[in-house]
Amino acid sequence: MNLLNIMKISYRSLGRNKLRSFLTMLGIIIGVAAVIAMLAIGQGASNAVKQQIAGLGTNMLIVFPFASTQGGVHYQAGSTSRLKESDVEAIRDQCPAVEYVTPITRVVTQIIAGTENWRTNVFGAYPNYEHIRNWPVSSGSYFTSQDERDAAKVCLVGQTVAKNLFGEGSVPIGATIQIRNLPFKIIGVLTSKGQNANGDDQDDIVIAPFSTVQKKLQGTIYAGAIFASAISSAAVPVASEEITQLLRDRHQLRPWDPNDFTVRTQTEIASTADATTKTMTLLLASIAGISLIVGGIGIMNIMLVSVTERTREIGIRMAVGARGGDVLTQFLIEALTLSFAGGLIGIVLGVLTSEFVSNLQRWPIVISPESIGLAFTFAAMIGIFFGWYPARKAANLNPIEALRYE
Amino acid sequence: MAGSIISVKHLVKIYKMGDFEVHALRGINLDIEPREFVAIMGASGSGKSTFMNILGCLDVPTSGEYFLDGVEVGKLDRDELAGLRNLKLGFVFQAFNLLPRTTALENVELPLLYSSKLNSVQRREKAMEALNAVGLAERAQHYSNQLSGGQQQRVAIARSLVNDPVMILADEPTGNLDTRTSVEVMEIFQNLNGRGITVVLVTHEMDIAQFAERNVVFKDGRINKIVKVEDRKIASDELPKIPVLADELES
Ligand SMILES: Nc1ncnc2c1ncn2[C@@H]1O[C@H](COP(=O)(O)OP(=O)(O)OP(=O)(O)O)[C@@H](O)[C@H]1O
Ligand SMILES: [Mg+2]
Repeated sequence: MNLLNIMKISYRSLGRNKLRSFLTMLGIIIGVAAVIAMLAIGQGASNAVKQQIAGLGTNMLIVFPFASTQGGVHYQAGSTSRLKESDVEAIRDQCPAVEYVTPITRVVTQIIAGTENWRTNVFGAYPNYEHIRNWPVSSGSYFTSQDERDAAKVCLVGQTVAKNLFGEGSVPIGATIQIRNLPFKIIGVLTSKGQNANGDDQDDIVIAPFSTVQKKLQGTIYAGAIFASAISSAAVPVASEEITQLLRDRHQLRPWDPNDFTVRTQTEIASTADATTKTMTLLLASIAGISLIVGGIGIMNIMLVSVTERTREIGIRMAVGARGGDVLTQFLIEALTLSFAGGLIGIVLGVLTSEFVSNLQRWPIVISPESIGLAFTFAAMIGIFFGWYPARKAANLNPIEALRYE
Repeated sequence: MAGSIISVKHLVKIYKMGDFEVHALRGINLDIEPREFVAIMGASGSGKSTFMNILGCLDVPTSGEYFLDGVEVGKLDRDELAGLRNLKLGFVFQAFNLLPRTTALENVELPLLYSSKLNSVQRREKAMEALNAVGLAERAQHYSNQLSGGQQQRVAIARSLVNDPVMILADEPTGNLDTRTSVEVMEIFQNLNGRGITVVLVTHEMDIAQFAERNVVFKDGRINKIVKVEDRKIASDELPKIPVLADELES
């Protein structure tokens, strides 16, 4: 068999039947493009959720001053405790798996700048809050340990607060705001964090030194919670264990006493959101699967529809001396060519569609090589199989049977 | 018989359609000598096409023996049969069976693509030669559907002779053609026969059968009689006598 001649035959046949070639390719193109676009958009969405969760700081642990709840009911009535700064210092000094730790306190209050006022959350924390929450300033700078020691009346504002008090796009560094009638100097504006998994606006916030909020705004010696970060995300469970043991000791709990505090890790907090992500991934996989099947059926149909005509063609070729192998090779080359060309065009179209949707929705898309590989392989395999299989059947007929085929 | 190009013995073909059997050939014995020109005749349904298809290695008999040029065809595998069809036989169908959307030249080239070691220039030359022999050189680039019936049949004949076969088998090659065109086609066959190619053709028309040397008449799957043609007609002598009615078909 002369492969070069067979290739010539294949390409003549493709060129001669442009509409059929185009329709076959169209099935593959749509199948591949649909899967790539669906997966890119979906993976982008699920990544966006994951990034929001990661934005909270995956190494983060939170200690609440009450016993853990089950089903919304306190596990043991009255088992609440007090978290003090000394607890924070103990954690800092005695828990090797903990990198940063800060007490947190919060007041919800009206703040005033000139004639504007705005109700927001004022958080008190150590300067290392930046590292624990992974939340830098977009301009200005964080307050310092010196500010913390001095209980300085300085603060950082979130983007939402800056916008509502000073107007869109303003950078109010150096401006003064009144919090409970005390003047605070703005020394930094936080980067935007957007909404959290619950849909709350995380940028609606003011952060001041812990000592300032505690002494000047609240007048309490207790912390509302303790935020800590582990030295790595792998060390989170160890850090959690260390903190639990330490606090049990410090709170003088006997072995059979339940905890009078709760250590929650970001992993636990994220698990709800994670479940959402999993549902989305599953949904996506089904959509991709359906696109593949629909695309596959499209390819199959056009190939099977042309079987009658092609069976006669095979009859003619065999009548003038084509061997079964010649015919099969020809059909295989045709199917391979259409599948590969269609697959490549499909990839381009899928990527373009994804980019287009991403621009339209301002949705970050993720085009993974796996989705491209999956879509291409599947479509090409269907194309090749349904190009080859009917041809194989026809090539096994007597020439006269193939010529008579209806 | 030794020396025969075709020798069939007790050839039987039964088509099975469920429980129903059609005995299309009920035991054919026939020898055809090299360079012979034979016409097969007989009523519709008498088994002529069935016989031709078996001679052309397009179909296999239910039983019986078929020697082609001394080779027992029944012992060959599918690829060897394909080789025979390609190199030794040319088959002309009543329904032309050209590839659609394909030029006359490419149709004629087709058998060469499956065998010869010719390069594309030589292949083209050979195909043009064959088209020339049937008087269609100027239609080489026309698509098969742009040709008249007579022209399509001549393309089919060119295709059958392009590989220099030892035998051409034609099943009602003039069945769809008018009188003058039929005689023109017979002229081609007589020319080929003159060049040493054995020709076997099927026809319903007595006039056409007169161009052959021998007529074999089929009846109900058997050979009814074999007659030697007295006063054989020569197409090139007949043509001038036929009024030119089909000018528009011929260009
Ligand atoms: N593929 C087939 N399946 C079943 N029966 C067939 C088939 N081909 C032919 N026959 C039957 O075999 C018999 C011989 O058919 P064949 O085509 O050989 O006749 P024929 O002499 O060529 O007729 P015609 O002059 O009409 O072309 C007929 O009775 C026909 O119905
Ligand atoms: Mg017939």
